[in-house]
Amino acid sequence: MEKELLFISVIGQDRIGIVARIATVLYRAGINIEDISQKIMDNYFVMVMLVDIKKANCSLEKINTRLQNLARKLNLCIQIQHENIFKMMHRI
Amino acid sequence: MSITVEEVYETARMILYQNLDIRTTTVGINLQDLVSTNFSLFTRKVRKRIVTMGRRLLSETARLETKYGIPIVNKRIAVTPVSLLMESHATREKYLQMAHTLDLAAREAGIDFLGGFGALVQKGMTNSERLLISCLPEVLAKTRRICAFLNVGSTSSGMNLDAINLIGPLLLKTARKTKNGIGCARFAVYVNAPEDNPFMAGAFHGVGEPDFSLNIGISGPGVVRSVVEKNPDADLTQLAEIIKRTVFKITRAGELIGRELAKNLGITFGIVDLSLASTTAAGDSVAGILEAFGLESAGAHGTTAALALLIDAVKKGGAMASSNIGGLSGTFIPVSEDSGMAKAVASGALNLDKLEALTAVCSVGLDMVPIPGDTPVEIINAIIADELAIGIINDKTTAVRLIPVPGAREGETVDFGGLFGSAPVMAVRHLSPGKFLRRGGRFPAPLRSLKN
Repeated sequence: MEKELLFISVIGQDRIGIVARIATVLYRAGINIEDISQKIMDNYFVMVMLVDIKKANCSLEKINTRLQNLARKLNLCIQIQHENIFKMMHRI
Repeated sequence: MSITVEEVYETARMILYQNLDIRTTTVGINLQDLVSTNFSLFTRKVRKRIVTMGRRLLSETARLETKYGIPIVNKRIAVTPVSLLMESHATREKYLQMAHTLDLAAREAGIDFLGGFGALVQKGMTNSERLLISCLPEVLAKTRRICAFLNVGSTSSGMNLDAINLIGPLLLKTARKTKNGIGCARFAVYVNAPEDNPFMAGAFHGVGEPDFSLNIGISGPGVVRSVVEKNPDADLTQLAEIIKRTVFKITRAGELIGRELAKNLGITFGIVDLSLASTTAAGDSVAGILEAFGLESAGAHGTTAALALLIDAVKKGGAMASSNIGGLSGTFIPVSEDSGMAKAVASGALNLDKLEALTAVCSVGLDMVPIPGDTPVEIINAIIADELAIGIINDKTTAVRLIPVPGAREGETVDFGGLFGSAPVMAVRHLSPGKFLRRGGRFPAPLRSLKN
């Protein structure tokens, strides 16, 4: 089955439990994590997750709301974006 | 991972910290097929079509905002030039009813601005068009969402001075009827007006367009300023290259959203407008880019060269990114909506003459310029004629959006509120152009050769 891939980007201060808590939200929504990478950039902790939402059990809006609630609690910036925007912007 | 962390981070920074957004998504709607001898049936159909499409536009843009994580700031509608719809209903009462219908329909749909209440009078005016112009002060004062335009010239037909002579009185009347003259912010006068411009106040759905079309305006002054600041030692060739690469990326984002939105709405995708559109948000300023280039202030000698280079690079990057570039695709230099420009005016660095010079190379016109409320009509008309002559001679669009602020004097700061921003009232020359303008008639179509 064809995948529907999105990138979740997390920017902020590194702390214990970021990956675990985001992964929990994704697990409950039936979303598979395909890849994770992280780096320190401009003194920020930047983590990028590639996820497949094809089998998700709820809408993208709901997933986004849950991630934004988590972002507020952890004082992080979390963005969820379909992979096509990166393909368009960064590949000719 | 097919995309690197650096690339994701770069995109996130553009959106989060540099105000990258889709500035406007504008659906052009043809209303010509709805014209009926039964006027009340006609207005009911107009209202229904606008409300239906407007609501769909709002829900589909919300979905795409979530999917791509990029803000879509404005959702607007442009319609067939209203004077064309009213040819067989050309009475003052019916014009006002139509304005009321369009305003209510926009409100019902949740749309903040609806463009197209205007006319194409580059060569002459019909009875209906004269009537529309005479109704405009009342229309702008009594509605909140209607945007009006006039196209009074084109390179192929010249410039209609008789129409320009009607604009000064129109602006003064509108200004007197609205707080700080803000009604004038919803009126733009053009030459060579594009039929697919997504930006207000001058958007309309041209007669060469299909039933519906989606036009999109991207915007990234903050993004461009940021990359220029990061490269303080780049020479001009390198700077142009850096800007091209950046604009390529943001235009591709616009193209993606535009295409998908049009598909979801089941309508034709029109164009991406590359215009750099400032906002009052900190850092989202075209003046800020010019200062990052190395000018002490916008308005300094060197500003015309810097702006020409900037927009040329923007166009090259954008043209590589999309084959559907259109609309205005220049730069707006709105005095009140660009905090850097307003500051340059306040400090005396930038005046009306320099703004006019900038429009000869790339700017779209004199935009959101407050002038003293007691400026004589002939001087207002002459400012417009000067600006529009630059357009017809250079075969480009130019436009004017002047606000003669009632009771305000030169140098006084006027706050238009919200997105319209604030700016000092600009000085105008007081020498009379009256005899010249009273000659009236039409500026003949200019030569396209012998271009020196």
